[in-house]
Amino acid sequence: MNWTLILPELVLAVAGLVILAIAVLPKRDTDFAASMATLGALLLAGVLVVAQPDGEAFLGQYVSDAFTKFMKLLVLAGAALGLLLAMDWNRKEGLARFEFAVLLLLSTVGMMVMVSANDLIALYLGLELLSLSLYVIAAFNRDSERSAEAGLKYFVLGALASGLLLYGSSLVYGFSGSTNFDGIANAITSSETAPFGLVIGLVFVLAALAFKISAVPFHMWTPDVYEGAPTPVTAFFATAPKVAAIALLTRVVAGPFAELAVQWQQVLLIASLGSMILGALAAIGQRNIKRLMAYSSIGHVGYALIGLAVGSELGVRGLLLYMAIYLFTNVGAFAVLVAMRRKGRALEGVDDLAGLGKSDPAMALAMTVFMLSMAGIPPLAGFFGKLYVFLAAVQGGYWTLAVVGVLSSAVSAYYYLRIIKVMYFDAGEALDPRPNSLSIVLAGTGLFTVFFFLFPAPFLAAAQAAVAALVG
Amino acid sequence: MIAALAFYIFAAILIASAVMVVTSRNPVHSVLFLILAFFNASALFLMAGAEFLAMILVIVYVGAVAVLFLFVVMMLDIDFAQLRQGFQRYAPLGAVIGAILFLELLFVYGSWQFAPDAATLRMNAVPADPTVTNTEALGRLVYTDYIYLFQISGLILLVAMIGAIVLTLRDKPANSKRQDIGTQIARAEAVPLAKVPAGAGLGTLGIIRRKLPEPPKPKAVAQDDHGHGGHHGGHH
Repeated sequence: MNWTLILPELVLAVAGLVILAIAVLPKRDTDFAASMATLGALLLAGVLVVAQPDGEAFLGQYVSDAFTKFMKLLVLAGAALGLLLAMDWNRKEGLARFEFAVLLLLSTVGMMVMVSANDLIALYLGLELLSLSLYVIAAFNRDSERSAEAGLKYFVLGALASGLLLYGSSLVYGFSGSTNFDGIANAITSSETAPFGLVIGLVFVLAALAFKISAVPFHMWTPDVYEGAPTPVTAFFATAPKVAAIALLTRVVAGPFAELAVQWQQVLLIASLGSMILGALAAIGQRNIKRLMAYSSIGHVGYALIGLAVGSELGVRGLLLYMAIYLFTNVGAFAVLVAMRRKGRALEGVDDLAGLGKSDPAMALAMTVFMLSMAGIPPLAGFFGKLYVFLAAVQGGYWTLAVVGVLSSAVSAYYYLRIIKVMYFDAGEALDPRPNSLSIVLAGTGLFTVFFFLFPAPFLAAAQAAVAALVG
Repeated sequence: MIAALAFYIFAAILIASAVMVVTSRNPVHSVLFLILAFFNASALFLMAGAEFLAMILVIVYVGAVAVLFLFVVMMLDIDFAQLRQGFQRYAPLGAVIGAILFLELLFVYGSWQFAPDAATLRMNAVPADPTVTNTEALGRLVYTDYIYLFQISGLILLVAMIGAIVLTLRDKPANSKRQDIGTQIARAEAVPLAKVPAGAGLGTLGIIRRKLPEPPKPKAVAQDDHGHGGHHGGHH
C-alpha cells in the first residue's frame, strides 16, 4: 500500500491536530500564532503537492496526477489568502479565536480529499469534511443573528444536497457494482446500453455537486449565506470550495461517466445557461455588495461550466484557467470588501464605497481592476478566462452557450461598472485605514490580474498538462 | 427448537415493548420500553450471527441515544397529553393512510424481481470465511483497505466536535465559577492602609472601612412561560 502518496493531506491533517492541541492550552489568545502556523502548514502542503509523485493509493481510492496538483495548489492558495483576509477582521469583530484557523485548515484537508477522490466514498467523505467546517465558520459570529441564520440555512440545505449525493451514489453503485471510479468506467461500455438507473444516479450526483458550486437551479442558498456570513468567510466560500467542487465535478464527468457524455452534457448545459443569465440579471438591483458578489459568483460558475458542458479537452482547459483567474480576482475584490470599515463598523452597501477614489486611490484602482477583469475587459486576466471558454464553445459548435455568455457578460458589465462609478464619481466619507495584510493581498492579486497577459504560458501549460492527465 | 423458542420470545417482547413505546402515557416509561426493545432487537441480531451489530446496538443506542432521549424528555417538559389530544379525531385518517401504504407494500412484494445480472454485478463480494467472526472481518477491512476513508470519517467527527464547542461554549462567569487565587489571597483590597493623624479616631475621619467592590452578579435566568409544573405550586 502506497501510503506515502497522501503525504500532503497527512501533513496538513496532523498539523491541524497539533495546532488544535497546542493552541487550546495557554490562557491568552492564541489566535495569531494559530493563524501563522496554519499559513505555514498550507505552504508546506503546497511544496509537498508540487513534489508529489503521480499514482494511485489505497486500492484506487486516492489518485494523484497533474490535474489534482493543479487544483490542489489553487485550493491551498485560496485557503491561505482567505485566512490572510480573516485575521485582521476577526480581531476587529471580536471573533479572534484559534478555532477559525483550525476549521479552515481541516476544510482544506476536505477539499484536497475531494480533488484527489477516485471513489464515491472518498468523494462523499471529502465533501462532508469540507461542508461541516463551512457550516461552522458561516455561523462563526454566533452572536449575530444573520451569521447564525446563514450557518443554519447552509446546514439544512447542505444536508439535503448530501442526501441527494448519497442517493445518487447508491444508485450508481447498485447499477455499476463498484464505488471506484475506474470500476464504474469499466461497467459503462456505451451510453445506449447503460442502465436507466445509472443515469438517474448520475443526475442526482450532478445535482448535489451543482448545489456545492451554487449553479442554477441549486443556487437559492447563495445570496443569503454570502450576506449573513462574516465577510472574510464569504470570500473563502466564493473561492476555494468552488474550485474544489468544480474539480470534483470535472473528474466525475470526465472519468467514470465519460461514456455518458450525452446525458451529463444536457444537465450542465442547462445549469450553465441558467447560471449565466441569473447571475447577470439578479445582481443588477442589489444594494448590498455581498449579495451582489453572490450573484456575480453564480454567473461566473455559469461561464466556467461552459468549459465542461462542451465536453472537449479545450473546454476543460478553459475551465481550469477560468477557475484559476476567478480565484485570484475574487479574493482581491473581497479584500476590498473586508477593508470597508468606517469608524470601526463594517459596511456592506454598494453606496458605502462612495468617495473611495479620492480617499484611497490605490484601493479604488485595485477594485477597478478587479471589477473590469470580472466584466471581461481586455487585457485583464478575466478576459482571457472568458476567451478560452467561449473559444471552446465556438469550436465545439455550441453557439447558444457562446452567444448567451457574451450577452450576459455585457449585461453584468453594468453592475461592475456601477461600482467603479460609485467609487470615483460619488462623494462620501473616507474609510478606516486598511490593515497591512489586506494591502499585501490586494497588491498580489491586483498585479496577477493586470499582468496575466504577459505570462499566460506557464498557466496554459499547467492547465494543458492537467487536462492531459485527466482525459488520457 | 430452543433457538426457535428464544426467537419467538425475543420477537414477542420486542413487538410488545415497541407497542408500549407508542402507547404509554408517561414519556419516561416510553423511553424505558424503547431500551427494552433495543435489547431484544440486539438479541435477535445475536441469534442471526451478527454479533457486531448486536453490540453496537446496545452500546450506541442504549448507551448513548436512549440516555439522551431520557434527558431530553425530562428536560424539555413537553406536554404529551396535549400532543395526543387529537388522537381520536385523526385516528380514522391515519388508519386509512396506513392501510394504503400496507396495500402498496403488498403490491411491491408481489411484483418484485431481481435484475437478471444482479449476481454478477456484485463484483466485490467476499466469500464468507467461517473461521473469522464478523467483528474481526470488519476490523480487518476498516483498518487496512479502508483506513484512508476511516481516518477521514474521524476528522469529520472531530470537526463536528470543534464546531459544537465553538458555537455554544461561552466562558462567562455566570456559567462557570473559576478559582482566582490572586484575588482570594490579596489582602491589599480588603484592608486599606490609611494615614491617621495622632489623636483622631477612625470615625471622625470618616475612614470606617473601604467598601469592597461588588462581586459580579450572575445574570438572572429569563423566566420562561412554559413553567415547570411543581415550581409554581406556591403561587396559587
